[in-house]
Amino acid sequence: MARVVLTGGLKNFTGGETELELDAADIRGLFRLLGERYPKLKPHLEEGLAVAIDGQIYQDTLIEPIGPDSEVHVLPQIAGG
Amino acid sequence: MAKHHVTTTINGDPYEFLCEAEETLLDVLRDGLQLTGSKEGCASGDCGACSVMLDGRLVCACLVLGAEVEGREVETIESMADGEQLHPLQQKFLEHAALQCGICTPGFLVAAKALLEKNPDPTETEVRYWLAGNLCRCTGYDKIIRAVMDAAVDMRGS
Amino acid sequence: MSQALKNEQDLKWVGTRPLRPDGVDKVTGRAKFGADMYVPGMLVGKVLRSPHPHAVIKSIDTSKAEALPGVRAVVARDDFQDMPSEFVPAGEMLVNYKDIVRNVMARDKALYDGHAVAAVAATSAAIARKALKLIEVDYEVLPHVIDVVEAMAPDAPVLDETLFTAGVDPAPDKPSNVAKVVELGLGDVDKGFKAADVVIEREFDTNPVHQGYIEPHACVASFSEDGQAELWCTTQGHYVVRSHCAKLLGMEVSKLRVTSSEIGGGFGGKTVVYLEPVALALSKKANSPVKMVMNRDEVFRASGPTSGANMMIKVGAKKDGTITAAEATLKYQAGAFQGSPVQPGAMCAFAPYDLENVKVTGYDVVVNRPKVAAYRAPGAPISEYAVECVLDEVAEEIGMDPIDFRLKNAAKEGTHAAYGPKFGPIGLVETLKQAKKSKHYKAKLGPNQGRGMASGFWFNIGGETCATLNINEDGTVTLLTGTPDIGGSRASVCMMAAEELGIDYDKIRPIIADTSSLGYTFLTGGSRTTFSSGMAAVQAAQGAIEELCARAAKIWEIDVDAVEWEDGHAKPAGKNAGDFEPLSLADIARQAGKTGGPIAGHADINAQGAAPSFGTHVVDVEVDKETGRVTIVRYTVLQDAGKAVHPAYVEGQFQGGAVQGIGWALNEEYVYGEDGTLENPGFLDYRIPVASDVPMIDTVIVEVPNPRHPYGVRGIGETPIIPPMAAIANAIQDAIGIRFHELPMSPPKVLKAIEAANGGGE
Repeated sequence: MARVVLTGGLKNFTGGETELELDAADIRGLFRLLGERYPKLKPHLEEGLAVAIDGQIYQDTLIEPIGPDSEVHVLPQIAGG
Repeated sequence: MAKHHVTTTINGDPYEFLCEAEETLLDVLRDGLQLTGSKEGCASGDCGACSVMLDGRLVCACLVLGAEVEGREVETIESMADGEQLHPLQQKFLEHAALQCGICTPGFLVAAKALLEKNPDPTETEVRYWLAGNLCRCTGYDKIIRAVMDAAVDMRGS
Repeated sequence: MSQALKNEQDLKWVGTRPLRPDGVDKVTGRAKFGADMYVPGMLVGKVLRSPHPHAVIKSIDTSKAEALPGVRAVVARDDFQDMPSEFVPAGEMLVNYKDIVRNVMARDKALYDGHAVAAVAATSAAIARKALKLIEVDYEVLPHVIDVVEAMAPDAPVLDETLFTAGVDPAPDKPSNVAKVVELGLGDVDKGFKAADVVIEREFDTNPVHQGYIEPHACVASFSEDGQAELWCTTQGHYVVRSHCAKLLGMEVSKLRVTSSEIGGGFGGKTVVYLEPVALALSKKANSPVKMVMNRDEVFRASGPTSGANMMIKVGAKKDGTITAAEATLKYQAGAFQGSPVQPGAMCAFAPYDLENVKVTGYDVVVNRPKVAAYRAPGAPISEYAVECVLDEVAEEIGMDPIDFRLKNAAKEGTHAAYGPKFGPIGLVETLKQAKKSKHYKAKLGPNQGRGMASGFWFNIGGETCATLNINEDGTVTLLTGTPDIGGSRASVCMMAAEELGIDYDKIRPIIADTSSLGYTFLTGGSRTTFSSGMAAVQAAQGAIEELCARAAKIWEIDVDAVEWEDGHAKPAGKNAGDFEPLSLADIARQAGKTGGPIAGHADINAQGAAPSFGTHVVDVEVDKETGRVTIVRYTVLQDAGKAVHPAYVEGQFQGGAVQGIGWALNEEYVYGEDGTLENPGFLDYRIPVASDVPMIDTVIVEVPNPRHPYGVRGIGETPIIPPMAAIANAIQDAIGIRFHELPMSPPKVLKAIEAANGGGE
């Protein structure tokens, strides 16, 4: 099971929960499971969020695989100048 | 209102044009004659991107009226290279990576050429003060100053 | 994509300094920037702007302007479809078109001095200017608010009655100017502060600063009677311009072709649309091409800048230098519409350090100023400035060298960043160590001189990117990418392609393709261009090599697996493959038609694997105690580039970013009058650094390769603007013993502080 950390203000949509363990094969699966568990979070997934898997930040992609022992952080997207 | 009829010399060639009284030399060069190498960054003489030579004197084309160049000689960036042969300053700007976006480059080159014609062996401080009327937002000036100093060495040698 | 990094000694092009492919055009005046396009039948478009910072627009009467001979079109709010308030993806960005359409053309209210209210297209500039004066706008002037703290007060004038603070629980029942609250944290800061021997808490204020690109916004739009349109414009991302304009004008994306001109600086400020949708609307109405160019006054009043902010920073540390807790409250001005960079500002604030207890709260606040745009590492220079100043004070308080103090707490590979994830290989420690042992750091200072240092962090991004590499019949190569080249990226991308193909750099001609020639490519920003377009170009080259090998196999009539690519040639792989003379790329290209047709490589990727860049700056200043003027006497930038593909352009980014930061630290600010209008919308009064203000900027390129890029590249363009403000503030303290908590540290403010410290003045 991957350890998933919901960073920053996301706890406003999860009833205060910030850490959980999930069994997701990739980012799409992660978002599906998070959406099922936290309906208020659902509209914010897929758009505007980035996912870090073992430290590497991924943006705008659903296909990146998540390992069984991965550490996953869900965080706001980053743009730049 | 009637336009002014102006006869002048630009980059060694004879030109005739009509311009409104309020049109600047920069408006005439760019919009009228489509000599777009001189850039408009401010239209108030603060950025130097439109630096040109007028009768051998460095001016901002945005601060000169089109009608004022009657019978005079204008030199712009377009005449800086000699055919295929780049001016040493142009070459040194390339070699030193003295431009990033390049919008200020024509103005810097015209201004730097005017400096070296007046003072072939300037100190770094002299180069910095001479070019203080030309704004560059990309480079932090370091490589521009080096390019000018290096071109000066080259030009003194030749 | 992941692949082994190339060996340093095998590199022929990457790491060298060839001349840029667009260089000659740029030193001869031939290069075409935004305002350099002239097309037959072109009209001149101009914008009427609000003179009020906050006003209801009761009516707009354009009839007199329309009746003026030579006026071909007038547009105002009714010519743009209103959009619902929702954040929708536009390419790789999340945008609210309700706000974009209102920023492009004011609807019910004018929200800042300079807000566009109407626009005309006429046969000459003089007629267009005259027409603007004939437009009658009936304003009901409202109270305005410019300051971020005042805008958060309960009795502040509210800019948008439909704006309810997001990110708070429970949701507010009244509208306010606070669009959003963001927060992040680790551990327990209260516990951390209790464990500290020293706690420093300070309040900071910064002013908005403009990106200050020398080229004003400019475009030429040409709308055809069949509903198709072409747009030429200066932008950091023509695909993003296409997305926005198509949406605002209700067009199909395929019907709008956008070509990016050469771009005369952007620094984040050319990632949004201002004139482009207006020019398209005017062109559609006038049935003629329309050119629009901002003047400098419009650039300052209506585009950019980045946020000004009010911040509280609190840091606790033990006597041994360990930081026990760090807390920040960040209030960022968004301008007239929500969307300040407070989120990345919050994430970056403490990112360079390995901390157990962190709490950051950020507020995104609307005020009657132009909507902020990205500016080089948006949000980060502001928060990191304040944090790096407090760290300097903590180090002083515990009697530790500021570099040693940072080394004690520096983030390394495996450190959990304050914003969550673990860092991969990063180079902060290397920049600090090299700074510590540099000659600069050890040099003796003169009278009234002081030395300061600060570090900085920025994420960097990847994103959607395309590249096409066409092998021409004579063996030359045309390389198409979709990221506008703002500072030499065509050179670096070509160098990587040349390295892959094994051919000479000058055999490759790079082109920035228009939006109809390549797939969607995200903009030049986030320090992503050399990283992402480089990655795409490398993959396109690899695709072309695969095809080149297949053609060699056909020519030799052997199996494709028996062909390998080496040093620009197809060769038989091993003795068993047969005995054939190697075929050069040009040899194969000449026979391309006969062996199956033209050869090309393509890559259409979402570049992942971007890695952050850390930097450390060291600066010496001299303070003139009689005038308050601060002179930069020596400056060194040390930054991790991953791999410097073209070191001269990496140095250029370091130097340019540092000097922009010097301007931010010492001079640049938006000055508003009591009436809420901008008092310094020109380069004379908004003073960016000039050549005589600065010394040479020394650079040290640290290379800790990014394992996720074929050549180890990190983005490097943004980080250099982060450390200067704090480094200079810390140097001023070292010189005269006064800590400043406000930007800019301009001569009047410095002089006032010196006089106050001497017991004189106020």
